[in-house]
Amino acid sequence: MIRLTGIERIFRVGDEEVHALRGVSLDIEQGEYLSIMGPSGSGKSTLLNILGLLDRPNTGRYELNGHDVTGLPDDELARVRREAIGFVFQFFHLVPRLTAEQNIELPMVLAGIDPAERRKRLDTLLAAYGLEARAGHRPDQLSGGQCQRVAIARAMSMGPTLILADEPTGNLDRHTGQEVMAVLEQVHHDGGTVAVVTHDPETGARAHRRIRLVDGEITGDESA
Amino acid sequence: MRFADLLRFALQVLGGYRSRTALILLAMGIGVAAVVAVSAIGEGARLYVVNQFGSLGTNLIIVLPGRSETAGAMPGVLIGKTPRDLTIDDALALKRSNAILRFAPLIIGAGDVRVGNRSRETPVLGTTAEFIQVRQMDMAQGLFLPPGDPHHSQPVCVIGAKVASELFGPKPVLGEWLRIGDRRFRIIGVLARQGASLGFNTDEIVVVPLASAQALFNTEALFRIFVEAKSREQIPLAKADIEEIIRLRHEGERDITAITQDAVLATFDRILRALTLAVGGIAAISLGVAGILVMNVMLIAVTQRRREIGLLKALGATGQQIRAAFFTEAIMLALGGATLGLAVGKLGQLAIGQAFPDIPFTAPWWAVIAAPLTAIVTSVLFTVVPARRAAQLDPIQALSKR
Ligand SMILES: Nc1ncnc2c1ncn2[C@@H]1O[C@H](COP(=O)(O)OP(=O)(O)OP(=O)(O)O)[C@@H](O)[C@H]1O
Ligand SMILES: [Mg+2]
Repeated sequence: MIRLTGIERIFRVGDEEVHALRGVSLDIEQGEYLSIMGPSGSGKSTLLNILGLLDRPNTGRYELNGHDVTGLPDDELARVRREAIGFVFQFFHLVPRLTAEQNIELPMVLAGIDPAERRKRLDTLLAAYGLEARAGHRPDQLSGGQCQRVAIARAMSMGPTLILADEPTGNLDRHTGQEVMAVLEQVHHDGGTVAVVTHDPETGARAHRRIRLVDGEITGDESA
Repeated sequence: MRFADLLRFALQVLGGYRSRTALILLAMGIGVAAVVAVSAIGEGARLYVVNQFGSLGTNLIIVLPGRSETAGAMPGVLIGKTPRDLTIDDALALKRSNAILRFAPLIIGAGDVRVGNRSRETPVLGTTAEFIQVRQMDMAQGLFLPPGDPHHSQPVCVIGAKVASELFGPKPVLGEWLRIGDRRFRIIGVLARQGASLGFNTDEIVVVPLASAQALFNTEALFRIFVEAKSREQIPLAKADIEEIIRLRHEGERDITAITQDAVLATFDRILRALTLAVGGIAAISLGVAGILVMNVMLIAVTQRRREIGLLKALGATGQQIRAAFFTEAIMLALGGATLGLAVGKLGQLAIGQAFPDIPFTAPWWAVIAAPLTAIVTSVLFTVVPARRAAQLDPIQALSKR
């Protein structure tokens, strides 16, 4: 379902060139649960951003669900992002003035889904992520774990095939982190492809496939 | 994105940054209110002047002795020798013109008007029966001067309402006698109150037959002849006839001036309209300033809401959707400010109207349309740069820092 071939990502900082990714090739099947680990600066976030179509590789080819998406125009990328990909961030990134429910609704609003259908999906999502009692609360009235659950519900609202999480537990305590991982694993059980970037070996070990990045190169790729 | 969602989203933003919203609404509101109020004052002044001239009569041509070189400017500037007087016979000769409906010769002087031991100094008008029609005045009681040969006169007079109340108090005045100088006149009518018209208050005058005025002031010369043309279209023809008839009677000398009310009115109208436009335009500059404020606030908003914009893009918003969100916000601010401004402007206009009830303050339609339009156009224009900046924001960078 995902095929990366010879992905290079080079950042230019002044005269210097930073090779964030060097010749990365990677195949991911539908429904896989993988973790991406590696030292700081090894290119984990960069890889995730390219997978999520937020960033473009300098060279290489990216096929998503059988389509070459490397050269698509920006608006087309936005559409694919909206419909096929869900993001979960370390810092949740909820809109502070909107309620939990309104935050979850955002991707559906952007996609122009009609309000009745939105309502239906919202009720399902709120129930699925245990947020019914928090629907009308703003982010500053929610705990970190609740915020991340809202963020995951938001990522799931368009029924994506690919969930990308960049250190989703990085800002949570151990216990809450495990709860959030359990939620992401539920997404995997329901058939979604889940890729998690993490620094925590224990979290990384829960995944069925573990990718190791060092200096922009894949140095390990083991499946349990 | 659905339109209703776009509106709701913008409303949420406006509600989320209240002081910012209030500030822009205030700036926009003041701009629009200023345009409306200022142009209402200008338009009020214009209408006031137009009405003052209009109350003189319609299709009016005023004939006065002396040649004015620059038609339309203040007449009476004499070139060369003293002009020949205008006489009653000059006026009567105007009957020959087919373009003239009626005319009224006029003599004005100041007279000492007495009733018993009360007396007062008033302007005394000598004229003919047609005067009341030419000047479109109404009678409160009784009749105006009787028709007849203007060379001869009966000892009757018509008085202004204020003169009547000052000389007679509440007592009936019709049929009473008054003295002007050493002549006695019987009062046959009282003019309806009309107030000042071009600095000439008809409430305070006494009107006597032309021949009586000639005797009172010991002069043959007419002060003016008021001529009413048959129709608006006939005014130029009537004017030409007047000039020609009198020139023939004055041995070929063009020694009179005929001013048409239209010419004077048009000049005033032009000047005051231009003035209103100018002050309205100056007020509109404040809307431009409000536009710059919008731009600044929007630019700040782009920085403030970097993460949110980055997030929206990560969630699949297109650049166009981001721009649309910013423009919607700007238009809603402009509309809100314009509504506020129109309301405040209207209130201001009513307030000035209370203070000066004589002047018909009304914001001209173009100002009521142009002010909100300017508000919307400026705020949209000044949002182009911030909206583009927001749409071009790199989502990774925007989301990277906390
Ligand atoms: N926008 C950028 N401009 C310049 N250099 C960049 C940019 N983004 C990333 N880099 C560089 O690319 C390399 C990989 O960065 P990346 O953020 O992918 O690392 P990471 O593995 O996610 O690190 P961390 O664990 O600290 O999050 C780093 O050396 C980083 O400095
Ligand atoms: Mg990272």
